[in-house]
Amino acid sequence: MQVTVKLFASFRTGRTPIEVCEYPPGTTVADVVAEKGVPVGEIGIMLVNCRHVHLDRELADGDLLAIFPLLGGG
Amino acid sequence: MSALDTYLTALAGDGLISFSSQLDASLHFDVSLAEVEAAILELGLCPARYQRNRQTISSAGQLALLRSRVAVIGCGGLGGYVIEELARLGVGRIEAVDPDLFEEHNLNRQLLATIADLGEYKVTAAARRVGEINPAVMLVPHRLAFGAGNGSELLAGATVVVDALDNITTRFELAAVCRELGIPLVHGAIAGWYGQVTTQLAGDDISGYLSGAGAGAKGVETQLGNPSFTPAVVASLQVAEACKVILGMGEPISGRMLICNLLEMEFEEIRL
Repeated sequence: MQVTVKLFASFRTGRTPIEVCEYPPGTTVADVVAEKGVPVGEIGIMLVNCRHVHLDRELADGDLLAIFPLLGGG
Repeated sequence: MSALDTYLTALAGDGLISFSSQLDASLHFDVSLAEVEAAILELGLCPARYQRNRQTISSAGQLALLRSRVAVIGCGGLGGYVIEELARLGVGRIEAVDPDLFEEHNLNRQLLATIADLGEYKVTAAARRVGEINPAVMLVPHRLAFGAGNGSELLAGATVVVDALDNITTRFELAAVCRELGIPLVHGAIAGWYGQVTTQLAGDDISGYLSGAGAGAKGVETQLGNPSFTPAVVASLQVAEACKVILGMGEPISGRMLICNLLEMEFEEIRL
């Protein structure tokens, strides 16, 4: 299945900002995060098709996954 | 019409009252500058300092700002700009909460940090600055850390709360106390070139969007730092939100979050 993975802000450094990736059925958000080498502790908001999701969310063909870093400074 | 009103009306040639006239009235009638400012606005006149506000904010709106109380939680990068802009806007009472002193690493971005103020409490410097800008505005300094234990007391009576904190744990507590009290909260957070803003109105709950996939109390700012321009941008967006919420104008960013990427100059709006 195909999933479009869009990375934001500092996650773009050394990675492709947006790409269509091929994954086996049953792939979760956590699997994609691991495959992209994005540190889990740095992740803030994650959206699938503009809806807020957690790491255990199973992806479907045609999904758009967006991953933002956690911002905490002031 | 009171003697003060008669005095002010006689002075206002073009609808404006200068600061020196405001001072004279305060001395002559033995009332505070804030009371003189309120009297000017109630007459539909304008303190001269607000003449460039007039096309944006009516006399009634300026009076609503004067009578409002905004709690600013955190007086660092975001908080310094927020306080400056609220004071210039004419918000009558600012409750400033921060336990920290200025240190040298604050000088790159914190508006209220100066070499002379290193070692000074941030809220003390904030009170002094506001006094220099607009003595009709009161900043109440709270030299302590916000927490679930003192939150309700610190926020009591606030019209709006501005989140200018530097950690996620306290942000959760702040958002929870605001929900409990039904006070609108304008959230802002920054890291490097990036920032985010959203407003939690009564009935909203932004807490699910403040934390990360991990359990950390800090975000990527621990690696990216905070340059001068990001807090200025995000703080200004927050003050625009606070102003709109006080005046009931426009569309607050409730149910949405704006994520700013100043490196690639991209602004994403996400639905919450």
